[in-house]
Amino acid sequence: MSVPTEYYVVLSAVLFGLGAVGVVTRRSAIMVFLSVELMLNAANLAMVAYARHWSITGGTHALQGQGAVFIVLAVAAAEVAVGLGILVAIFRNRASTDVDELSEVRA
Amino acid sequence: MSDSTLNLVQLVAYAPLLALLGAVVNGLFGRSLKEPLPGIIASALVGSGFVLGVIALIAYPADAEGVRYTFGRFLQAGDLSVDLGFMIDQLSLVMTMVITGIGLLIHIYSIGYMRGDEGYARFFAQLNLFVAAMLVLVLADSFPLMFVGWEGVGVCSFLLIGFWYGQKENADAGRKAFIVNRIGDVGFLIGMFLTYQVFGSLDIQTVTQAAPAMLYGSAALTGIGLLYLLAAAGKSAQLPLQLWLPDAMAGPTPVSALIHAATMVTAGVYLIARTGAIYAQAPDAAATVAWIGVLTALVAAFSAFAQTDIKRILAYSTISQVGFMIAAVGAGAYWVGIFHVVTHAFFKALLFLGSGSVIHALGGEQDVRRMGGLGKRMKVTGTTSLIATLAIAGVPLLAGFFSKDAILSHTLTSPLLADSGSAVLYGLLLLSAVMTAFYMFRWYYLVFAGEERFEVAKRDNVHEAPAIMTAPLVVLAVGSVFAGYLGIQPFLARNVIAEWLAPVTAAVDFEHLSLTSEWLLIAASGVAAAAGLGLGYWVYAVNKGRLAKRLEPSPLTGLSRSGFGFDAASRAVLVHPGESVAEGLSVLDRDVLDRGMSGSAGAVGLLGRLATAVQSGYVRLYALTMLLGAALLGVLVAVLEVAR
Repeated sequence: MSVPTEYYVVLSAVLFGLGAVGVVTRRSAIMVFLSVELMLNAANLAMVAYARHWSITGGTHALQGQGAVFIVLAVAAAEVAVGLGILVAIFRNRASTDVDELSEVRA
Repeated sequence: MSDSTLNLVQLVAYAPLLALLGAVVNGLFGRSLKEPLPGIIASALVGSGFVLGVIALIAYPADAEGVRYTFGRFLQAGDLSVDLGFMIDQLSLVMTMVITGIGLLIHIYSIGYMRGDEGYARFFAQLNLFVAAMLVLVLADSFPLMFVGWEGVGVCSFLLIGFWYGQKENADAGRKAFIVNRIGDVGFLIGMFLTYQVFGSLDIQTVTQAAPAMLYGSAALTGIGLLYLLAAAGKSAQLPLQLWLPDAMAGPTPVSALIHAATMVTAGVYLIARTGAIYAQAPDAAATVAWIGVLTALVAAFSAFAQTDIKRILAYSTISQVGFMIAAVGAGAYWVGIFHVVTHAFFKALLFLGSGSVIHALGGEQDVRRMGGLGKRMKVTGTTSLIATLAIAGVPLLAGFFSKDAILSHTLTSPLLADSGSAVLYGLLLLSAVMTAFYMFRWYYLVFAGEERFEVAKRDNVHEAPAIMTAPLVVLAVGSVFAGYLGIQPFLARNVIAEWLAPVTAAVDFEHLSLTSEWLLIAASGVAAAAGLGLGYWVYAVNKGRLAKRLEPSPLTGLSRSGFGFDAASRAVLVHPGESVAEGLSVLDRDVLDRGMSGSAGAVGLLGRLATAVQSGYVRLYALTMLLGAALLGVLVAVLEVAR
């Protein structure tokens, strides 16, 4: 007996929600970052789960979900590299990573 | 014609270019030239043009049918081909002599008159350009090129009338002249179109040679004639387009002299004389020309009675005298019209330049009611002005007498006017001649004779003008006496000008009168002059102007002073409606178009400001907005799914 797909999806939704709340509520850029990663991986989990669900039910494109996950991982890795680089630069300049203080660019 | 003669005659084609050169030199470099130099350059170049004219006149074989000088192609469109060329013949040579000769004297006079003026070089540049344009007008061998000169004259009159443009009235007068002239120009243009339609050519000689073969009195020829009449009325200030000339006094006095004597107003007479062959085939058009001329002569002479500005009197006198010329060319006596152009050029230039001296001496005073007695203080100006006055009044043996008498007798005997009341025309012209003598006596008496009415303080300052200004006056006075002998009655002596112009202007055959009637007509002209002068003497010298004063409040005086109310009428009929339309359009422009434009611009700006409010700079807010947007999309997709 395997775990039903619904469980994965619910878990994914919960993780996504946690991540979203984190992005909106945390003020430290690092924590925002972490929350974004959480959301990305929640999405990944959902995609993997659906891919598995499809292969179980005899779908023909089961690998597409898995493939998408790898793309997301790759993009996330790149994003982290660039994002952390920017963060380090900001921290050097301001000794803070509070995103609310980074609001000079506005109308 | 031998080659060397041909070359000598063709030299005159360079006269306009010389004047143009003067305009360019003075216009571009005049500012850096020291004072009298621009005037000397301008005078020298116009003078050279005069010399070229004299050479051509002497070399010209009396029987030649015109010498052409072509610079190149002017227009080429389809079947239409127009050369940029000059036509040198008897008529254009006479006009060239008048323009450059009188023009030269006016240039020389201006050297003194304009001394110390800020726009000294500009004045001479424009004066030269004026002469150049007028020369192009009379020398052109095709209608389009003539039109170039025609427009050039219009532009220069605009520039020179508004020469002291710092004052609004002067600028307005310049504009008025230009706009009224444009009305005539429309006539010229449409006339030109019709000419091409009928004759298939715009070459003047081709057209005038083809005209006698056309159907006598046909509608097309009459139409062309009337359109050219409209053009002539614009330039020559004939009814109802005479409005601009009295206001043209706003310019410096030498300009008035140039416009009234040598250039501009004679253009209309020249145009009709030049196209005389057309009018000879279109008696209705010719009669209209004659009537317009006669009525103008009469109305303008009457308008001159009550004017108080020294130059305005002369302006109305010009309108009236040009009316005489137009009447002559309307009668088909083209040489007579040109003859009066020549004699009139002398005495009218003299009258204006004399007025200039007076205005100069009185420090800008132009009101004849504050003049008087100047003849004693300004001997040369006074004497020469008296000669001009007597000449224009038509006193026998002076220039004006011969030309005016020729006009009168030719109007009476014209075969073109036989059915259009030639006797009435003659009578009205004779009346105008009496009136001319009267108002000219008034002019002379109020300015130069009688008691001194100007301020006592000015008395010691009143002085004769410098020699550079009086010399042209003397030359013009000599011309005013002797120019008439060019066109002496053929039964008395050789009529030089009629014989000279005959190859160009003999489109209409006049029958010779019996010797008795000739003498009767001459006597009538002499009596007219004497009557006018006598009446003037009685009213102003004997009666001391008491009668004139008593008539002052009468409507007649008002009618005369307002120039028959043409100004007010055109103001009411044309200017005010035009202003109302402009007013209305400006409301549309201001309240609808402008407001609509700025309104929509404001709305876009407001939208932009609303949109920028979203850009708060808080990353977390952006994230939340994105999230909510995504959620909203999700909900939307779900709802659509369910609905399906």
